[in-house]
Amino acid sequence: MIELKVNGAVRRVDVEPEMPLLWVLRDELKLTGTKFGCGAGLCGACTVHVDGRAMRSCSVPMSAVRGKSITTIEGLPTRSGLHPVQQAWLDAQVPQCGYCQPGMIMAVAALLAEKPHPTDADIDGTIGNICRCSTYVRVRPAIHAAAKMLIAKA
Amino acid sequence: MHAHDPSRRAFLQVTAAVGGAFCLELAVPAVARAPSKAQAADVNVWVAIHPDDRVVIRIARSEMGQGSSTGLPMLVAEELECDWANVSIEFASVTESLARNHPWGNMGTGGSRSIRESQDYLRKAGAAARRMLVTAAAGEFGVPVSECGVAKGVITHAPSGRRTTFGKVAAKAAMLDVPNDVELKDPKDWTLIGKANVPRFDLPDKVRGKPVYGIDVALPGMLHASLAQCPVFGGSVKSVDSSVAREMRGVKRIVQLPDAVAVVADNWWRANQALKVLKIEWDDAGNGGASSATILDYLKAGQADANAPTARKEGDVDAAFAQAAKIVEAEYFTPYLNHATMEPQNCTAWFRDEGGTTRLDVWAPTQSGEASAMVAARAGDVPVANVNLTKTQLGGGFGRRGGFQDFVKYAVAIAKTMPGTPIKTLWSREEDMQHDFYRPISLTRMKASLDASGRLTGWHTKIACSSITAWLEPSRVKNGVDMQACGSFVDSPYAVANQQVDFSLRNTHVPVGYWRSVYYSQNPFFRECFVDEMAQAAGQDPYAFRRTLLSGEHGKRNLAILDAVAKAADWGTPAASGLHRGIAVAAAYGSYTAGVVEVAVDAQNRIRISRVVIGVDPGHVVDVDAAKAQIEGAVIFALSAIVYGDITLANGRVNERNFNDYRMLHLRDTPRIDALLVPSGGFWGGMGEPPMACVAPALVNALAAATGKRVRTLPLVKAGYSLATSA
Repeated sequence: MIELKVNGAVRRVDVEPEMPLLWVLRDELKLTGTKFGCGAGLCGACTVHVDGRAMRSCSVPMSAVRGKSITTIEGLPTRSGLHPVQQAWLDAQVPQCGYCQPGMIMAVAALLAEKPHPTDADIDGTIGNICRCSTYVRVRPAIHAAAKMLIAKA
Repeated sequence: MHAHDPSRRAFLQVTAAVGGAFCLELAVPAVARAPSKAQAADVNVWVAIHPDDRVVIRIARSEMGQGSSTGLPMLVAEELECDWANVSIEFASVTESLARNHPWGNMGTGGSRSIRESQDYLRKAGAAARRMLVTAAAGEFGVPVSECGVAKGVITHAPSGRRTTFGKVAAKAAMLDVPNDVELKDPKDWTLIGKANVPRFDLPDKVRGKPVYGIDVALPGMLHASLAQCPVFGGSVKSVDSSVAREMRGVKRIVQLPDAVAVVADNWWRANQALKVLKIEWDDAGNGGASSATILDYLKAGQADANAPTARKEGDVDAAFAQAAKIVEAEYFTPYLNHATMEPQNCTAWFRDEGGTTRLDVWAPTQSGEASAMVAARAGDVPVANVNLTKTQLGGGFGRRGGFQDFVKYAVAIAKTMPGTPIKTLWSREEDMQHDFYRPISLTRMKASLDASGRLTGWHTKIACSSITAWLEPSRVKNGVDMQACGSFVDSPYAVANQQVDFSLRNTHVPVGYWRSVYYSQNPFFRECFVDEMAQAAGQDPYAFRRTLLSGEHGKRNLAILDAVAKAADWGTPAASGLHRGIAVAAAYGSYTAGVVEVAVDAQNRIRISRVVIGVDPGHVVDVDAAKAQIEGAVIFALSAIVYGDITLANGRVNERNFNDYRMLHLRDTPRIDALLVPSGGFWGGMGEPPMACVAPALVNALAAATGKRVRTLPLVKAGYSLATSA
């Protein structure tokens, strides 16, 4: 049994230690907001927070997250129903098919938690998520808008 | 509307009882959840209205990110005159569509057709529903219909001051005959179409990770499958040694199909781990020797074929060439491309015995729900009436999830081996990369003649290219010519007295399929780069050279969008020092488009794209923000292909496996994109694919302006270029 915390709740799962966190979230805990895109840490669709840091869950074995606290898109802390990143995403109408967006939103939320005033270079260096619909044009201004909202709320 | 089929109702009850939180309802897109049938009145097949004035508008096409699940109801609401704030949407049932002889028309979603090919009947449906509602109200008031007015779902009779709402008369209206002689509004009176800033229906769920894509379908007792198809296309399974795999944890079954092997397990990762240790011997059907080099040779042989059929012929190109002052000649190449939808291919299938009748329930992220149901019926060997097909959200489509339905075929074949158990079959990214219906490969030669004054006198094009039609419907290839594959040459807007287009059909063992703008991601690249080569030979500015060749109705619409884009991109004023521009124009999917790309190239051939201007004239724009998003997305989608996209073959199989060797642009690589909508009215064109057409030629023309060197083979990385942002 491997014990970890997922979105605030303690969960015990009977899985192989080498099983990637992604498949525990999706197939065992039925948290399907976290997406499978490549299985090799290349696209970021599976990004979740592990103890607050953005990680690509398809490449994180369960043995590495024993006792850790995992946050998925379903558990992204919100006030009034939407996290500022989600609100900024809605305001700018960022998503198209939406498939990569939970991973992108989780990556951005972690970036803003670490760097409340990210520069364009910070964004370029951190947000390497692949979006095949290519919503990137709207992502950058939405990140800056979310940063402003977070600061205003702080 | 979902309650007509009693067996389905019983099924819903069963799964709700067994499945708890993970019952079928979760497998239906959240926005599609049907309102209670008891309350809403179906005024017609598209419009249902609740007593409390909530309006449900049905969507037949698939939502795959393009946003038409918001644009389509706008078309209905424009004529219905309801209060947009009361509108919600519901996806029409594929199963009902088949059972009721397609009441919602074509549900297929591709070819940039959703808006342009639905707009007429959707607007008429809105107008018809409005007239029925007003007629019902007039009946209640006891006044002539002509004395009643309607706005925002409120019907008023001014002379008497009486008023009622859509919700109050909907039940009566629903009993009236649907009129078929309605008149539509003059576009100048539109208040929603092309006007309103409408929030998309699908986004609140999407930012929360809530939509249920095919990959997210969850059913009680469901198992998971991962499959390996014969790595060499066309091959088959010789033998499988599953002795190790079958003992692995969670593995339930090894399924051997004629050309694929799958492992079924209680968790997809376990299925995929077991799949990796299977020892499979394949029969490559004699295709094991094929490679990118042999395929290129085959294309070259097509170019050398003097008997290749002719798709278009006007005048006499050979006579024009004989009298030319100058001849321009060039050969261009574009490779096979994978779709790489972010959601890998998948499908869930469940064979159920219902009192001796076999029922097949299928959930699929599909661009064509009806095709999915029919393929499921065939693969499952059940009557199509016994198939219940649920269309889920799509994590990208781009043509991958349309005509071929391989994901349905395999998922059904796998589930058929375990009747009673729902099985979700999911492709690994590697499997998805190596088993696609790829964007066709093309080797195209062009030859043109200029007279002494630099005027174009003759133009001969020969396309050696794979044909999707020959894969899908060979009977539609007439006299060896696939006219679709000749698009933008057979319908070229350029006025040239002597023109000829020849076509050499070059299908190999590599499956080909529709891919966002397909041939319009290739032929405009060839044509518009070659126009620049001609302009250079004629000593003319590429924009001015094009202007002299565009006349006639078709040519004038090309010219208008070209002018609009040239103006927006400041073509008339020199670019800043170190920056160079390229230009292009095209018509595709009923729309007109032009582009200007501005680049700087350093000594190491690192490209910095400073600006991309893409303009589209689709006649009418419905949802302005979604249309702009289509341009923005198309630019990057095109750039990923132009810079990196290359599916190559060795030993009969695809080399590329994942996003490390089939690369995509990232956020850091995204240039400034000016999305220019120039609707000129009078026609309805597509929006999803047209903005792809001019990106490659405008960029490559800009590179030629910057370096003096002409790239004629894509992707650019093969010619030694890279993006400065990712170098």
